[in-house]
Amino acid sequence: MNERIKEKLEILSDAAKYDVSCSSSGSKRKNTKYGMGNSTGMGICHTYTQDGRCVSLLKILLTNYCIFDCAYCVSRKSNDVKRAAFTVKEVVDLTMNFYQRNYIEGLFLSSGIFQNSDYTMERLVRIAKELRTIHKFNGYIHLKTIPGASEELMQEAGLYADRLSVNIEMPSESSLKKVAPEKDYKSVLEPMSYIKEKIIENKEERRKSKKAPLFSPGGQSTQLVIGASPEKDLEVLTLADGLYRQKSLKRVYYSGYIPISEDNRLPVIYQPPLIRENRLYQADWLMRFYGFNLNEIVDEKNPDLDLALDPKAAYALRNPAIFPIDINKADYELILRVPGIGVKSAKKIVSARKFGALREGHLRKLGLVWKRAKYFITCADRNFKFLNWKPEVIRQQISSTIMTKAANSNQLSLFP
Amino acid sequence: MDKITLTYDGTFEGLLSAIFETYRLKINVDRIVPISNYQDSLFAEPVHVVTNMVWVKRVKKGIQQRCGKAANTLLYRCFLSEQRDIELLILHFVRTAMIRQHDVTRNYRDEKILNLHQINKKIGREVHRMHAFVRFQKTKDDIFISIIEPDFNVLPLIGDHFEKRYPAMQWLIYDTKRHYGIYYNKSVLDFITFEAKDHLKLRQLSKDILTTDEPDYQNLWRSYFKSVNIPERNNQKLHVQHVPKRYWKYLVEK
Repeated sequence: MNERIKEKLEILSDAAKYDVSCSSSGSKRKNTKYGMGNSTGMGICHTYTQDGRCVSLLKILLTNYCIFDCAYCVSRKSNDVKRAAFTVKEVVDLTMNFYQRNYIEGLFLSSGIFQNSDYTMERLVRIAKELRTIHKFNGYIHLKTIPGASEELMQEAGLYADRLSVNIEMPSESSLKKVAPEKDYKSVLEPMSYIKEKIIENKEERRKSKKAPLFSPGGQSTQLVIGASPEKDLEVLTLADGLYRQKSLKRVYYSGYIPISEDNRLPVIYQPPLIRENRLYQADWLMRFYGFNLNEIVDEKNPDLDLALDPKAAYALRNPAIFPIDINKADYELILRVPGIGVKSAKKIVSARKFGALREGHLRKLGLVWKRAKYFITCADRNFKFLNWKPEVIRQQISSTIMTKAANSNQLSLFP
Repeated sequence: MDKITLTYDGTFEGLLSAIFETYRLKINVDRIVPISNYQDSLFAEPVHVVTNMVWVKRVKKGIQQRCGKAANTLLYRCFLSEQRDIELLILHFVRTAMIRQHDVTRNYRDEKILNLHQINKKIGREVHRMHAFVRFQKTKDDIFISIIEPDFNVLPLIGDHFEKRYPAMQWLIYDTKRHYGIYYNKSVLDFITFEAKDHLKLRQLSKDILTTDEPDYQNLWRSYFKSVNIPERNNQKLHVQHVPKRYWKYLVEK
């Protein structure tokens, strides 16, 4: 093994790390008889970096040479960084050897754009193809679709990849144009629509014949950079909501802007907006798994998420008329709306109450966050009269515990 | 009648036989313990139950009829936790199911049944961790070896995952705490034990038996692990929460 590979790996993984997509889930790919690997659908995080982010895939760029000059990107043309490029063989070899040793779930491959979009995309596809056909690799492959690549190449990419993604990056078109002169929303949304249609088509084919080849079975995802442009959370979440509904995306990732560049097209910030990023993910989860509508989370009156309070608690306090909720009678959907109760504990509650009325003692042990939920529920031995329900008071109690928690972690440095 | 302690051979089947015995003899038991863990008591002479596969079948069938197949799996997984007196929780489950004559699995109001679910959750977490934290090293004779030391006895639960993933490789996953492993030879998965003198060799694989490029890939993995970190986001607390320190010993990147 030579030092050159090590150096390439360092450069090209360092350049890929700002793409926060990490998941290896959502795709079920069975292994072949003497093949290598599979995807079980649930995804596995094989380790976690010092910053607490999961490492599931070998996430690298094929090259960080790029003809584009997007201000938010560390590999932009005008940036003075070391450049490198892998050969197809090197990527295949690293993937196979890491996979055999159970270091990774598969490969996440992106690239700077060299020569032109098709030329770049063609190389990404070739790597995926070689892994699948020559090396019988059935682990996870996530490919970036390069904006502007031809439909034929995207079609081929979908045949080998488990997930495809194209990043929107900036939460509004005007912001995108400001920082990425070569890009516009059209160049991102068109491939998304194309992939969506292909996925639907493929599902139909698979219904008719189990033997029809898979097409990007893990769907597609995208990333929005947060804090580098003036958009409010309302705009960010409206965009995300539209992407989930209209483009059927599996995931939208939010990436707190990290000041990687001194490009004057971007604001000067000293700390990535980690709490805001966290709140956006919470809101995203509420829309996808908790049956919340966008306008129940943010609206014109409250265009930004409350940093001191999670969005579900904020919703509850804005809507006092809905509470308290009787744990022994309320529908599952309503129980899901209680702050401190997640999908699992809501299901447990609904199962357990069939065996008899639930009391506080039962609930405390069921795995819900009692100190949060207690303000919003009644049960067999808790009468709401004694709760003394005042939104302002509860707000203070809940957010003070959150802030103390933040004070103990490094996140408080956001509020000097 | 005085309460009695039963001993069994330490296997799940042995435990089910002991549970059957409590019905056959119509007795209340104080404890059920593996014979190897039993410590003499001044006051009581334990009764040893010999594993009886006919009884095992009957107990399993009884549970399955009332609570479904999943309940047997739940009890087996909890058994692997090796937690002190797990036997009594399992006994409680069986008794409750027999009295109630219907599925009690989801009765989370019952503290002991809830406790079984909590243990099962821990087992699930440990299984998932082993899927993630197993690190194979390639030997000169093309066997991929991994050493683990899981909190619970989860080896019987993880073989299936690796068999599906690596059907064309020979591999061995060895539990150094419990001194046994699972070995797959490209067709059959089997339990394997080594002589005591070999235990130490397995703890730390000697460079001589590894392929020459094994250290290279380990180095590459370490440098990858370092360079994907974003220092501006450092969060040691979260890091340790996800990768608890007790697992670091066998992780190449740590």
